[in-house]
Order: sequence, then C-alpha cells, then structure tokens
Amino acid sequence: MNPHPELRQFLAQRQTRRTFLGRTSQGIGALALASLLNPRLLAASSAARKDKWTGAAYPLDYPQKVKRVIWLSMAGGPSHLETFDYKPKLTKMHGEAMPASFTEGKQIAQLQGQKLVCFGQQHGFKKFGRNGTEICELFPHIGSVLDDICLIRSMTTEAINHDPAHMFMNTGSQIAGRPSMGAWSTYGLGTVSENLPGFVVLTSLGRGGQNQPIAARQWAAGLLPSRFQGVHLRGKGDPVLYLSTPSGVTHTQQKDVVDTINAINAKYDTIVDDPEIATRIVQYEMAFKMQTSVPELMDIKPEGAKTLELYGCKPGDGSFASNCLLARRLAERGVRFIQLYHKDWDHHGGLKDGIKFKAEEIDRACMALITDLKQRGMFEDTLIVWAGEFGRTPMSQGGDGRDHHNAGFSIWLAGGGVKPGMVYGATDELGYAAVENPIDVHDLHATMLRLMGVEHKKLSVKFQGLDVRLTGIAGKTIDGILT
Amino acid sequence: MEKFKSLSVVAWGCLLLCLASPAVGAGSISYNRDIRPILSDDCFHCHGPDQKTRKGKFRLDVREDAVAKGAIVPGKPGESGIIQRLLTKDPEELMPPPEAHKTVTSAQRDMLRRWIAAGAKYEKHWAYVPPVKPVLSSDRGAVDALIRRRLNEVGLRPALPADRRTLARRLYFDLIGLPPGAGDVEAFVQDKSPAAFAGLVEKLLASPQFGERMAIGWLDVVRFADTIGYHSDNPRNVWPYRDYVIKSFNQNKPFDQFTREQLAGDLLPGSTAEQRVASCFNRLLLTTEEGGAQSKDYEARMLTDRVRAVSAVWLGQTVGCAQCHDHKFDPIKQRDFYALGAFFADIEEPIIGRRESGLLVPDEKQVAELARLQAEVRSLETGFNSPHPECEEAFIKWNREQSQIALEDSRWTSLTPARAVAAGGDKLQIQSDQSVLVAGKKKPETDVYTLDLTNFPSAIQALRIEALPSESLPGKGPGRAGNGNFVLSRVLASIEHTNGASDPLQFVSARASFEQSMAADQTPNKLWSAASVIDPQAKGEFTGWAVLPEVAKPQQIILDCGRLLALNRGDTLKVVLEQNHGHGNHTLGHFRLSATTNTEALRGPFVFPLAKEIDDVLAVPSGKRDQAQRDRVWEYFKKHSPEFATLRTNLAGARKTLTAYEDSLPHCLVSVTNAQPRTVRVLPRGNFLADTGDIMQPALPAYLAGPETKSGGRRLTRLDLADWLVSRENPLTARVVVNRLWKQFFGCGLSKVVDDLGAQGELPPNQPLLDWLACEFMDSGWDLKHMVRLMVNSQAYQQTSVSPKKLRDRDPLNREIAAQSRWRLDAELVRDNALAVSGLLVEKIGGPSTKPYQPEGYWENLNFPARSYEASTGPDQYRRGLYAWWQRSYLHPSLQAFDAPTREECAAERNRSNIPQQALVLLNDPTYVEASRALAVRMLKEGGADPSTRLAWAWRQVLNRTPRPDEIKSVQALLDKELAEYRADKTAAQALLKTGQNTTPPESDPVELAAWTNVARVLLNLHETITRS
Repeated sequence: MNPHPELRQFLAQRQTRRTFLGRTSQGIGALALASLLNPRLLAASSAARKDKWTGAAYPLDYPQKVKRVIWLSMAGGPSHLETFDYKPKLTKMHGEAMPASFTEGKQIAQLQGQKLVCFGQQHGFKKFGRNGTEICELFPHIGSVLDDICLIRSMTTEAINHDPAHMFMNTGSQIAGRPSMGAWSTYGLGTVSENLPGFVVLTSLGRGGQNQPIAARQWAAGLLPSRFQGVHLRGKGDPVLYLSTPSGVTHTQQKDVVDTINAINAKYDTIVDDPEIATRIVQYEMAFKMQTSVPELMDIKPEGAKTLELYGCKPGDGSFASNCLLARRLAERGVRFIQLYHKDWDHHGGLKDGIKFKAEEIDRACMALITDLKQRGMFEDTLIVWAGEFGRTPMSQGGDGRDHHNAGFSIWLAGGGVKPGMVYGATDELGYAAVENPIDVHDLHATMLRLMGVEHKKLSVKFQGLDVRLTGIAGKTIDGILT
Repeated sequence: MEKFKSLSVVAWGCLLLCLASPAVGAGSISYNRDIRPILSDDCFHCHGPDQKTRKGKFRLDVREDAVAKGAIVPGKPGESGIIQRLLTKDPEELMPPPEAHKTVTSAQRDMLRRWIAAGAKYEKHWAYVPPVKPVLSSDRGAVDALIRRRLNEVGLRPALPADRRTLARRLYFDLIGLPPGAGDVEAFVQDKSPAAFAGLVEKLLASPQFGERMAIGWLDVVRFADTIGYHSDNPRNVWPYRDYVIKSFNQNKPFDQFTREQLAGDLLPGSTAEQRVASCFNRLLLTTEEGGAQSKDYEARMLTDRVRAVSAVWLGQTVGCAQCHDHKFDPIKQRDFYALGAFFADIEEPIIGRRESGLLVPDEKQVAELARLQAEVRSLETGFNSPHPECEEAFIKWNREQSQIALEDSRWTSLTPARAVAAGGDKLQIQSDQSVLVAGKKKPETDVYTLDLTNFPSAIQALRIEALPSESLPGKGPGRAGNGNFVLSRVLASIEHTNGASDPLQFVSARASFEQSMAADQTPNKLWSAASVIDPQAKGEFTGWAVLPEVAKPQQIILDCGRLLALNRGDTLKVVLEQNHGHGNHTLGHFRLSATTNTEALRGPFVFPLAKEIDDVLAVPSGKRDQAQRDRVWEYFKKHSPEFATLRTNLAGARKTLTAYEDSLPHCLVSVTNAQPRTVRVLPRGNFLADTGDIMQPALPAYLAGPETKSGGRRLTRLDLADWLVSRENPLTARVVVNRLWKQFFGCGLSKVVDDLGAQGELPPNQPLLDWLACEFMDSGWDLKHMVRLMVNSQAYQQTSVSPKKLRDRDPLNREIAAQSRWRLDAELVRDNALAVSGLLVEKIGGPSTKPYQPEGYWENLNFPARSYEASTGPDQYRRGLYAWWQRSYLHPSLQAFDAPTREECAAERNRSNIPQQALVLLNDPTYVEASRALAVRMLKEGGADPSTRLAWAWRQVLNRTPRPDEIKSVQALLDKELAEYRADKTAAQALLKTGQNTTPPESDPVELAAWTNVARVLLNLHETITRS
C-alpha cells in the first residue's frame, strides 16, 4: 500500500511550490484568521510565519499610552461607602428611612419589597494626597499613593446580579458569548510574549467566606477565535491546565516526543501543503516552551525578601498580594492583559468586619504594585484598573450589610495616560446615584481602548451578520481623566 | 420547456440558471448579490428598517422612499443623491459620515453607479422568498450538475477524485465520527465494484453511531448542557433529551416531526413519553438560582433566550437586537420579537431557583420494577382501606373516650392572633389549627411574644395556653431549647378598647398540667411553677413555668381571672408572653391560646384533644354524625391507633421504597403548559422594569408569515409555531437545515454565515444548489438521511482535498467546491478517535452524562455549593465525547481547547482554532496518555515481534496506511532512546504506566511498554491523526 495515496493527486494537480498566502484552509491559522476577520491585515503577513498574532488594530488610531493592562477585579461588589466615597450625611441619617425620591422605580436585588433604611458608613474616612481626598481609613497604603491614582466616584452599570454584572463588566454585554476585554485587547494589539499567552487571569479567595462563583466565560474569547481566550494561571496544581508532562516522562523525553511529532508533521506538510500544519508545529513549540516558562514565572522566591515584604506576601500563599506580584512579572514578560480576581466582597451582612479583611488583603498589595511598577519604569505604560462588578446600597440589609447596587459606585485607574491624583465624578449626598459626570461600563471600555491607542468604534468583528464591538453601539471616552 | 429539448446540456444549464436566479450572470448587477450588502453595511444603520435610528427621515431599503427623496434617480447616477453624497469633498455632506468609520470602496461606488444606470432594480431579500426548485433534466446527479454549472460559469474545473483510503476515512468521520478499522479500509480499497462507495454510505447510515455523530451539531445549535448556566451553575435533568436526539437521527425521523416534537411534544394529541422528553428543548435555556435575582429581569432574559434559540435553530436569523429596537438590517420588528416570545409564555417553570426533577423516564427494565413496586403499594393500600371488623371494638372505645375529651375541650374557644410579633425578630407563624409556630434563625436567648386577638367570645373568664410539640423543634418541643424545654416567665393580658383605653386582666390563679421539679434549687418552692407566671413574689428573675422532662408532648397552663369579663365588638385582647430565662434558648416554640367562660372547664381535669383537625367532629355525638364525619373519624383512627400500626408501617415502607426508586430513575425536564400564560409585553429598549409596552399575543413573524396570522381568535400555541416553521410558507427552515448539513460534509455552508441568512448574511454563490437541496428536503418529506445520501454520494464530495495553488488563490475558502476541504476534527471526535484506535472506546449509546478525567481544582471557582469533580469509573470513563458532562461555566478543559462551545448560546458554528493548549491536551491529558499506553499494549501484542512490523501495524490502525520511511526513521530513533532511558530508570517506566484507571497486562515488560507508549503518543499527536481530509 502506498503510504500516501493523496500524494499522487497532489503531484498531479500541483503546479508550483506553495506560498503562504491563499492556501486552502478551513482552519484558523494566524493568516487565515486575519483574512476572515480583518481584511486590512492581509498585507501584514510577515509575522504569520511564527504564528505570532500581531494584532488587528494597526495602524493605531491614537498614540498608544499604555502597552498593557492590569485589571484588579474586586469580585462580589465592593462597597464604595466603605472604601472611596465619603458621605457624612448618610451616617447622620443612619437608621432613618431612605427617602423614596432616591429609590423609586430602580432595580433592587435582595432588598426587593423591604423597608429601606439608611445605613451609615461603618468606618471613618481620612484625607490623603496633596488634595486631601477622603478615603476610608482602612486603606492607608492606597492613600499613600493616592496622588498616582485617578479615582472615579460616578461609575454605573446595567446589571445587578453577580454573574450578569461580571459578564457586562468584562464583555460589554449581558448575553453570554461575547469576547471579554482581555480577548479584545490581544485581538486588537497582538501578543508580545513568545512563550506566554497574551491574556492571563489569576484568582484569589478572601477570608470572609463570601466567595461568589466566577464562570470561565468571564475570560472567554467568545465569538473570537480561542487563541484569544484568557489563560487561567492557577495557584494550585498545574498553573496552566495540562502543563506538566505525564509522570514518568522527563523534560528531555517530552522534548524528544515533541521533536518527533514536529518532524513528521513537517514532512506531511510538504506532501499535502496545508498551512494549518505549520501553525500546529509552532503551537507544539510554544506549548513546550510554556512547560518551562510558566513554572519559572510562577516562582516568586527569586524576587527577594525586600520585594516580598513590599507586597506583603509569601511564595505559594495564593494571596491577592502574590497575584499582584505575579502580575508585575507577567507585565515584564510582555503579557498584554492581566486580570486579577479577588473575591469575597459580597457583604450582604457582616460588613463592618468583612471590609477589614478586605483592606488587609488588598491595601498594601495595591500600593506595592504601583510602587513596584514605578520603580521599574513600567508605570507610565501600564494601565491599572481597580473595579468591582457593582457597588453596594446606602441602605441597610439586615442591619449589618449592604445589598447590590448599580446606580453609582467607585472605581480607580492608575498609570499611563490617566490624570494622577484626581477625583472624577460624584454620587448624590447619600451615595445612591452617580450625579456628577456619571459614566458607564461602555465608557470605561472605550477609555481603556483609547489608552491602548484604539478607537473603540473601529475595533469590530463580523458575527452573525453584525459588526460586534466591545462597546456595542454605545460608549464615549472619559476625556476628563485623560492626560 | 419542450422546445429546448434539443439544446446541449451546457446551454440548458445556463438557461435554467438564468431562470432560477436572474441575478447570476456575467456583467449584470444584482441587487441581492452586489448592492444590498453595500447598502446594508454602510447605509441601513441610519437609513434602514429601524425608524428610531433613522436619520434625515428617509430610508434606502425601500425603493419608493429612496426615489421619492431623490437619493436614487433610476437611470441617472449623476443626479442621484446617494452618488453625490458618496463622492463629495464636503465632510458635512459626505456619506457615510466620517464618524461612522465606514468606507465605501471605489469598486463599490462604481457598482452602485452601474446599478442606478441600469434602472436601480430592487429585489426582496433572497432568503425571504420561498425557494423554487431549479428544473433539471433529471434529479439524479442534481448536486453535481448544479456545482458543475457554477464551475463552468466561473471558469473552474472539479478536482480529481480522492483516493479510496482518504474517502473511507472521510466518510467514517463525517457520518459516524469514528475512524474506520484497518480492515474496513482494506476491504473498501479492494472492493472494485461501482456500488462500493454507496454501499459504505448505507452501512454507515444504518450504524447506531450515525445518530451520535449527527447529534453533536444539533446539541450545539439547541445549546444542550447539563447545567443551568448562571451563577451557581447547578445541574439539571436533561440527558434523556440528548438520547432522544440520537434516537431520532438513527430512526431517520422526518425533520418536520422532529421539529414539532421538540417545540410542542407536550401539545401533540395523546403525546407519548418520548414526545414529552423531546419538548425538553424548551427548557434548555440558561436559568439562575442567584439570591436577589429579580423575576422580571429573568423573565425577560428567558423570553429573549428562547426567541434567539428558535431563530437560530430554524430560521437562521439573528434577532437578538430586536429585543431593544427594530432590527437595523432586516425587517424584523421589535413586536415580532416579543410576539415570538409569547409562544413560550405558557411553559410552567420557576423563573428563579432550582429546576424541578421533571418527567420520570424509565427504561424497559425500570418500567417493570416500577410497576412491581406500584402494585405493592396499591395492594397495601387496598388492605388498609378495606373494612376491618376486627378493630371495631377498639374503635368504639377510642371513639367514646375521644368524644368525651373533645366535648370538654369544646368548652374552650381557640383564639387566632390577628397579629403575632416576637420582639427578637423571629417569625410567629399562624398554623391552620390556630396554633403559633415560631420559626427563624435568630433564636434570641430571651424573647417577648405579643399577640393581638380579636376573634374571642363575648366574655372571658380564663385563658389557656397550650404548649404544643412540633417536629420542627429541637427535641420535638414545645420549647426551642435543645431539650425541648421552655421557661415562660410572665403572662400579661389586657383588653384594648377602641377608644384607646386599656384594662389589664388580673389573674388570680394559675395551674398547669405539669410543673418541672428538676434543677429547681434556686426557684421558690423548688418548682418551675405555674404560679410564677402570674405572681411576681413567687419567682426570681430567670424563673417561670417549665416542663422538663415532660417535653415532646402537649402541656397546658390555665390562668383564671376569677370573674367574667365582658368583651365588646372591636376590642382587642392583647396577650404578652415574656420569656426571660436568658440562656439555652428557653423560649416557646409552638403554642395555642384559648379562652373560656365555663367555670367547669377551667377547674376540671386538663384535656388534651388529639388534634384540632378532628376535634370538631369528635365533639358531635356519634349518633348525630353524617357519613362524611364518620369517615373522617374512622380515617383518623386508622392513621393513629396502635391497632393499625403494622399496616401503616408496611404501607409507609412500600411508599418510601417506591419514592426512593423513582428518585433513582432518570428524569427529564419537559414542557408543561399552563392555562394562564405569563403576560408578555414589549419592553421599551429592553428595559424589564417598564410595564408600559403593549401586551403581545403569540404571533408568527410578520415579515415572513404576513401581517395577519389566521387563528380564528384562538391563542396560537407552540404547535402552531412548529407547524409554520416546517410549512412550505416558511422560506427559511429547509434552507437553514441543509446549509448546516452541507457544512458538515464540505466544511463551509453554501451560504457562508450558517447562523444568519438575513441581510447581513451571504447570498450563496450557488443559490440554485441551496434552493434545490431545500426543496428536495421538503419534497422528500423532510428526509434527513436522503439528504445525507445526496450530498455524500455526489462526485463533489468525493473530490480530493489536496488542491493546487492556482485554485487556492482563486477561491481561498473553497466556496465553489472545486475540491474538497480538510479540517481538524471536532473536539469530541478528537477524543473518540484516540479511544477508538487504542481499543479503549466503550460503544454504549446514551445514558447519564459521563465524566472524563479532569484536572483537580478546575471547578474551584464554582460555588453554592462548592463542588469537587469525580471522574467516571469503569466503562463510563471510556465513552464518546458527546456524553461528557457539559458544565456551562466550566466546560471540560480538554473539549474546550478544541473549540467545543460552552452552549450558553446556540452555536451553529464552531471555531476551528489551532492553539498551544491543544498540544498540551494531546501531550499531557491523562486521557491521551492512557490511550497511548493502551495502543502500545496492542502494538506489542497484536503488531508482531519486531519494531518495523509493529509500526506498520500501528500506522494501519491509526492512519489506515503504511508508514513513510522518514516516519519509521524518526520513530525508530525515538524508540531506541526511550528504551535506553527507561532501562536506566525503571521507576519512571512504572510511573508512566500508572496513568489512568485502565491497568496494564501483568506479563508486559514496563521498560518496553513505556518506550512504546511514547511512540504511541507521537502517533496520537500527529496532525494527520486529528484531521479529516
């Protein structure tokens, strides 16, 4: 039997030696993908040889202020009233009925149908930074770098339950299946790292026990090809799924296996001339490189005592602080979009003590991340975003907590292109609704893309006949915070 | 057509093609093909169907409007506004406006100009016109005839036929999703008969794996998954639906029936269990159990989810945008959207919260066992319900005693609190027997219950408090302390008059059915006495009336006012029960208040009525009871008397066994219709809080079915919808289905965007072929296997997938089908292939979803409840990928790496990505390591004695061919190295062999097997192994 009967047909039909462009393929190699999704990439084919995705948004629409994003997702919905939004009037009205004028006709989660009572701020506020901005006294470290931070007190969102709210915050849609911000970023700007994915996710738990579930769809590529999906680096087990070689197979043996696979595949490519094969060879090389590069990345011991002390973490503790340090290491290695989830902000009850845990877990780490990036000259081209999926009500829930709230809450940005030390927007006197310069999730996304040099209206992909965009048909950049 | 008979076949073709599709033809411009895509992409957003975003008050999608406004002057492009605005240098005038970031190329401008010059003819969107079957000289070979006609037109030639080995592999993967065995291919290669290929097609169509293969695509498009999707993403019972789908494909159920059963199986006359299982389709949407979710919010989400599903599955339409506004590109109105959603408003379901278990779906064996257990219960019931003369005497005695008690008890009037409040915040729940049950988690150490009573008699002399046991209390109560005890410290009562005056009741004596003497050292009189409740002198701070150890049974305290107090209409009797013990939760958990004016009652013995439910009947003298009352008493006796204890226990036992058995059987969520459907309103801008929109009745989409649906005033049902979807009047369903089917066999739909045949989709380059197939599908009685046969028996299908550069340059996506295509296998099939060639595959059809190995901790971010993953053991570990547990928020990572969709949304199309995670899976996932080892075991056992015959054997098994010299060389080198290394490290060899649950034959040499396992890993990782070509 002829080993390759296909060869005959091929030789019969073959006319010239292959070129890379225009090969018949149903698969999504870098190039086929480019032609399917964005015709303007067809010309830029030189990088495709390595299957390194160079990005669909070039030439950029604006000067690129930041090369990467570190998004600190405070999962569960942090109370803006125990973090960044000072409302003495609310504390004065503690125990009194919440005036109906604030709440009528609004979405309410667990407080549906209940009597709404003002719930005063549970901790004191102090002035920080050169402008004397009041933030909660539990966050002195963040206070110490407040002059590097752009605090937004007028954030709003459409969703009010965790899962849809995360989806909206990440993908700009409450319908599952849209790409998350990290996927859009790597799709638009391409990847830099040769041996790490462009979009990486880290998660950490809080000690308070309010750890809401988070679905993998939060970092999914959705309708974009899978190569853009976030890779979850895990604290336990293999940091990347299936990263370890099988037991009983050494690193060298694995290399021999991969080399043999690639050699046979390469030969097969000369016979059937299929561009997917070249891509597959590159992916096996990349996978093998990740087997070394990822464990090396995850090992923070070499950082030294001083750095570990700055962040307040120990190797292998799986803490938010450790993840912040890992985020910096990922940033150094060219990862485009780094998203950290820190859970346990869902304070329906036990808010007063619960928020103390949170402060202990994140305060120093956030400061350390900013300080560390500044020391290394990376702060200027990094964007840090600190945001929950929503805020919490000024009204009491059960006498010691706050319910979900989407009409006004606080987030902050720091890094390149963002005005440092400013406060943007405000909620009303009880901290219920954003009244001054209100912004929404689409605006945040538009602004983030803008800082990366991309016009949000232009970054789109055809799907089911529509031009799908991260910002849908809305979104305007928050010009007031841009330098 | 008679006179054309003499024309040559080619001329025929051109002519017919022109008739069938006037658009296609060199040089001529077609609105649908050439113009609409430009207008739709660049203009319709502001000048299209959605009037809310329409600018300048005119639209370009309706010719009359465009002409009336001068945007188009037919025949005169230079005078047409649209051309002027496209060309102007004035940024104010320029269209599309610069801020829209849209560009119209010069070629497109030229096209528009030529179209207007030619008269600017509009056409209805191609897919909204019912398909017409192109007339051919013969329907035999129609697929090839229509493809060739198109190839002639565009100047291409078909490719050579593929070799037989490739053909066999292609057909096996496409029709059953499994690789052919070595023998299968060799037999096919040897079979020189012209019918060999068609024979193989028939064999595979008849195989039970055909249904499994077909199911994969269908399960994607209907978004079948084992979990609810949102937040906690908990399981639900749906797998019998998956088996229904497999079975239906295997039985070649006509697609129209398949449609009716899924949308409305429950509404079909005399619907069978299978048809009801089919209606699980309507339950496959995403749901939530998240606390604080608002039902209006999720009602809206569920409606839109279902509309998107029906549109995706049958209509190939993207209608999601019409949730908030009229569609921008298609004539779909927001009202159409909600009217379509209203078809599903009858489905009974919780909007928020856990799904019900669903319909019991036993298999044959289970049906028999179920019948046996049911018979057992019935026979015991019959025994229990038949007359029991042997108990007559006991009954009469019991009846007499109880009647006496009831009579005495009837002197007390039970008081129902109009208001009952516990100061500590727990709930005082009024029961049907007028008692008060305390519930809640606060459980304060001390508590004060305040009860307002308004239904008392006209006077009162004494108050009785019954402390009652309850199953819900610790130690069965009556108290909330862990041992069932309570301490009632003080009882205050007053009459609150309507004028605001208040008369406190002065109790002169108190006595109780039992007073606790245990642990009473610090109490006056060494008793937890009744008197302490009314006598401040007789008690300390923490004392009061208590009843240990006589708990878990009713106790009473009677408080006497010493005189008759008159009560007026409107007065309120306020009773305050203070419980100040202060530790151990010594508060009352269940109690009832009653009052009497009868001095005999208050001084007589304590009477404990059996139960309030029967008390009133027992109080009626035996002779005066009617039949219903007599029955009630008898039933009560049977339920409680010791004489019936054995019968009762047996019956309860049999019922429990039956219920437990039923619970262990498969269940499936199904559609159940509710006579009061939910109200569906148009939600302005999709805002679920608004209830200002019009109320919508179910109606077919007006843009497809016409403005009026004839229903004679009857509310349309899901069955009406299903009937219309598979009717000749609907131009879409048949096209959508054959287009998806085509993609399965050719890699790309005839219309490329398989999930959108609307304006933003693609006019198929070969529309006659798509329409011919759609018509043939309907003409054949929606016969799916017939359509499969037509497609795969075509010469087009059997072409080689290796194509020359010239063709690839011409047609990079192979839209003209001048060759076959090649692609990486679907996620499930990558797994199936590895299991099949290694011999591990267990070919069982159907059953509960299985759990392949999965990295530990992958579910760590799931919560409510937190979960751990238990991989299936035994044969279930080796089942096909389509049976894998589909956890929507954390899809199995190995399937996900190969682009299996999460099925949160309908997915007609999968990515075919090529990413490093795929390499990691094939190299390191225990599933593939284990399969490699199993393959290695077979190589050593079945492949002969020396390496070269073993390799030849393995290549035949996995790739159905002999190895190339370069392959032998590479692999031999690897093998030698591995053998040397494992010889030096036997522990490593043994470690490798331990992967997976499958054990290694004891006689095998670990060193040799480990080395060959790595050879097998190479083979399972090859691009060729996971490619259908």
